[in-house]
Amino acid sequence: MLRDITLGQYYQTESVIHRLDPRVKLAGTLLFIISLFFFRNFLGYMIAASFLFLVIRLSHVPFRFMVKGMRAVLFLLLLTVVFNLFLTPGEALVSVWKLTITKEGLRTAVTMAVRLAMLVVGSSVMTLTTTPNNLTDGMEKGLRPLKLFRVPVHEVAMMMSIALRFIPILMEETDKIMKAQIARGADFESGNLIRRAKALVPLMVPLFISAFRRANDLAMAMEARCYRGGDGRTKMKPLIYRSRDRIAYLCILVYLVAGIWLGRLELPVAG
Amino acid sequence: MSIILDHVNYIYGADTPLAVKALDDICLQIPDGQFIGIIGHTGSGKSTLVQHLNGLLKATSGSIYFNGEDIYDRDYDRKKLRGKVGLVFQYPEHQLFEIDVFTDVCFGPKNLGLDKKEVELRAYDALRKVGLPDELFYQSPFELSGGQKRRAAIAGVLAMKPEVLVLDEPTAGLDPRGREEILHQIKELQTGTGMTVILVSHSMEDVAEYVDRIIVMNKGRILYDNVPKEVFRHCAELEEVGLAPPQVTYILHELRRRGLDVDTDATTVEEAAEAVVKAMAKR
Repeated sequence: MLRDITLGQYYQTESVIHRLDPRVKLAGTLLFIISLFFFRNFLGYMIAASFLFLVIRLSHVPFRFMVKGMRAVLFLLLLTVVFNLFLTPGEALVSVWKLTITKEGLRTAVTMAVRLAMLVVGSSVMTLTTTPNNLTDGMEKGLRPLKLFRVPVHEVAMMMSIALRFIPILMEETDKIMKAQIARGADFESGNLIRRAKALVPLMVPLFISAFRRANDLAMAMEARCYRGGDGRTKMKPLIYRSRDRIAYLCILVYLVAGIWLGRLELPVAG
Repeated sequence: MSIILDHVNYIYGADTPLAVKALDDICLQIPDGQFIGIIGHTGSGKSTLVQHLNGLLKATSGSIYFNGEDIYDRDYDRKKLRGKVGLVFQYPEHQLFEIDVFTDVCFGPKNLGLDKKEVELRAYDALRKVGLPDELFYQSPFELSGGQKRRAAIAGVLAMKPEVLVLDEPTAGLDPRGREEILHQIKELQTGTGMTVILVSHSMEDVAEYVDRIIVMNKGRILYDNVPKEVFRHCAELEEVGLAPPQVTYILHELRRRGLDVDTDATTVEEAAEAVVKAMAKR
């Protein structure tokens, strides 16, 4: 069940998208998400969808891995759709009992659903094609200007990469402890809510202890290697823009201009 | 009364590009009361194999019978099976969670639905069996030493009174003395109660002295399945898969190579000493 969350899980394969500089992917994802909120007609969403589709094809990641990330937000998605569908005032389309679906409601519901879906898939593309380490590297370098405002960019990036690194470890640990307790007859699946919450104690206590132990070990290991923060620290693999990164930036720019220009046109049939 | 594995296959991450065949056509018969060692290099599938024995993992194909019943049958009570096949994981002390050792050991039998008195009796009995001193019973499990924690955790499984006890690397991370003690205690337990014990290890030295039968695993397959003496005859083949026979086996082989007519079948230091004495007397 824990393994179904794709957000933050790298998919190992060979592709142009994988090789791109993480800064390009970060900026691209951010711009893509922002662009979704600029569209006024369905043409814009069509452009965004085809752009996304193209990137997914280029990334060589099977499509079902992208959709897997959707499962985590499915509930949120449904909630948004339902609320928008029934609670938007306007011209009534269908009316059952006290619930009324309006034309405006239908429109916002569909738009919101499409936006949310593309938002999740879009960010999944980034995390599926970029290793967590690369991602934080990109973030560190991309956010460097903030150092002027005394934001501890390196420290934040380090914390993030450690946190990301620990996700699979803790997941594996959870799996192991769960199995060990099931072997001792623990039951995580049946009973009412309170019983289930109680059943989690034999899982959570060892998990927390192990997390603290690991954090402690890691801190010790870092100190033993003379880690003392970001000042004067160099990179083994510094991030350098190559021609493919410049081309990628150009593609994103073309998409943005085309999408926002065409997406904001007043079309006779607004979608 | 036995466990039978019939052409069991298991694939990790099936349908992904990272699919790994962890078990490849495993056929095994485990009769009652045997002390079995499962040996293999890291990633040979030994841990995966033992997790099938109590139904924690479900075989991709093949079937497993416990006392003649198919454990994959829809109406088979797998929760009950877990009480009958006790599995002690690697580093079992990492699963301790209760406020004191005694309560923690009670967790297993309590889950079996026994009444309070029976639960406490079993917990007490199990703690005695693993040789944990009484004054530690009501201490926090996190205050114990590494070896004591390990014993407490083993007692946690033992308290369910399993018919088969499976231990996955019970000596990992312990010092030589702690290892010796734990293994000795397990052997005593096995001879005392007639329980079937399956010991998973990557160290030949560990198991050679105690077990009746060794199953050598390599790349998800069973390479050898025989009494220790027979298995250790395949010195070169064992080395090839990253395992080493006990040191005494090497010495005896070397002695033989240098012209001493010694019986090379000994697997423990005592047996080896006897064999050497015998060979010297013959001269």
